[in-house]
Amino acid sequence: MNFEWLGEYGRMMVLGVMTTLQLLLIAGTLGFALAVLVGFGRLSRQPFIAWLSLSFTNLIRGTPLLVQIYVMYYGVGSLFVSFPLLRDSWLWPYLREGFWYVALALTLSVAGYVGEVIKGGLRGVPKGELEAARALGMPRLLMIRRIWLPRAIFILLPTLAGESVMLLKSTALASTVAVMDALGVANLIRNQTFLTYEPLLVMALIYLLLAMLIERLFKRLEMRLPVRNAF
Amino acid sequence: MEWLTKAFDAVVLDWGCALLQGALVTLQISLGAFSVGLCIGLLVAMIKMTRHGLLLRLANAYTTVCRAVPELLLILLLYYAGGDLINWVLAQLDQGPAPINGFMAAVVVLGIVQGAYAAEIIRGAVQSIPTGHLEAARAFGCPRHMIVQRIILPEMLPYALGGLSNLWLILIKDSALISVVGYNELLFTTKQAAGSTREYLLFYLAVAAVYLLITLLSNLLFSRFDRRISRWMPAH
Repeated sequence: MNFEWLGEYGRMMVLGVMTTLQLLLIAGTLGFALAVLVGFGRLSRQPFIAWLSLSFTNLIRGTPLLVQIYVMYYGVGSLFVSFPLLRDSWLWPYLREGFWYVALALTLSVAGYVGEVIKGGLRGVPKGELEAARALGMPRLLMIRRIWLPRAIFILLPTLAGESVMLLKSTALASTVAVMDALGVANLIRNQTFLTYEPLLVMALIYLLLAMLIERLFKRLEMRLPVRNAF
Repeated sequence: MEWLTKAFDAVVLDWGCALLQGALVTLQISLGAFSVGLCIGLLVAMIKMTRHGLLLRLANAYTTVCRAVPELLLILLLYYAGGDLINWVLAQLDQGPAPINGFMAAVVVLGIVQGAYAAEIIRGAVQSIPTGHLEAARAFGCPRHMIVQRIILPEMLPYALGGLSNLWLILIKDSALISVVGYNELLFTTKQAAGSTREYLLFYLAVAAVYLLITLLSNLLFSRFDRRISRWMPAH
């Protein structure tokens, strides 16, 4: 075992971890926002919307994330190349980089997986609370914002913590399309130093720490929310 | 319409056989890894429930690490470090290095990752068996192995099946990660097809459809199986 490369490649590793965290934050927030829509869509009484969100979650949860990333990066990416108009536009630097394709694929994936979770949470909110809100004459959107959604998210916090750790692990797939995330940097170091697994071990440790950090954050969130125990 | 026939020609006529072969390999890897994962899971779940000091700590470390570290990283790590480890052991025994069989490596690596999840599912299922059943068996003087065989295993199965079927679906999707270390399964074959025909979008969408088909079919089979093994469960 040889860890002398740590000094030389330390900066690069920090940058890689930053990229991973960026992916985590972008896909986490945007994906969560989409997931709320998907969750309500699954409960919708309109057949078309319900069917659409069901097919979306089936599609996302039934295919490997790696394939989804390849469809985005190689598939959709290769379509863009054939439009000269796009190649000259200001969008091109973004369209050339793997990062944004991975961010998009991860966002959709989070929307699919968490959407199903949120559907379950929305169903778990006691009916009486919603009826009470309606009886007080709350408009529907206000009721969703103040009561239905916050209550559902509170019920789901432990599940959401698990989903966040899953997302952290999924971001590692970015390295397969040449994004320099934490795992990508580890692979680069492996190629440059001819060490087979020491960089991977260090990165595994970093992922472990990040996962623990996420769990801790959610625990704190859980503690902060007021729970009334009348019994 | 013309595009459709061209797509059909490329995917089904030119590459259909290779893709089918890849799909079979994916299924084989998944089945193998599922059985390895179940065995590891049962073992680890048993260790966790017997609460044996040092073993318990090892089992906890195993499930924590395997569930917090990305699968792709674990696969790379186990694939390269595992090969080195085997060769090191062989060298200690004065043997030459062994060639690593890609298929076996894939099965073992995915099995180790799956074992961690399976262990938690099985532990939860065993713990949800009503204690009265076990006490009744013991009161009748059932020997230990018979309790495991006749009561714990069959009663645990319906509780565990939901989690295990999820695990199977995750496994099918994780088997695509094996393509990264260059083993010739479904996604790797597709990569080659897409690269040589330059029809990236077409082939990746086609392979997504194949995976979707496999998962939907598995869902159907699992729900049938579920109905069969939970027929004794009290209806609500």
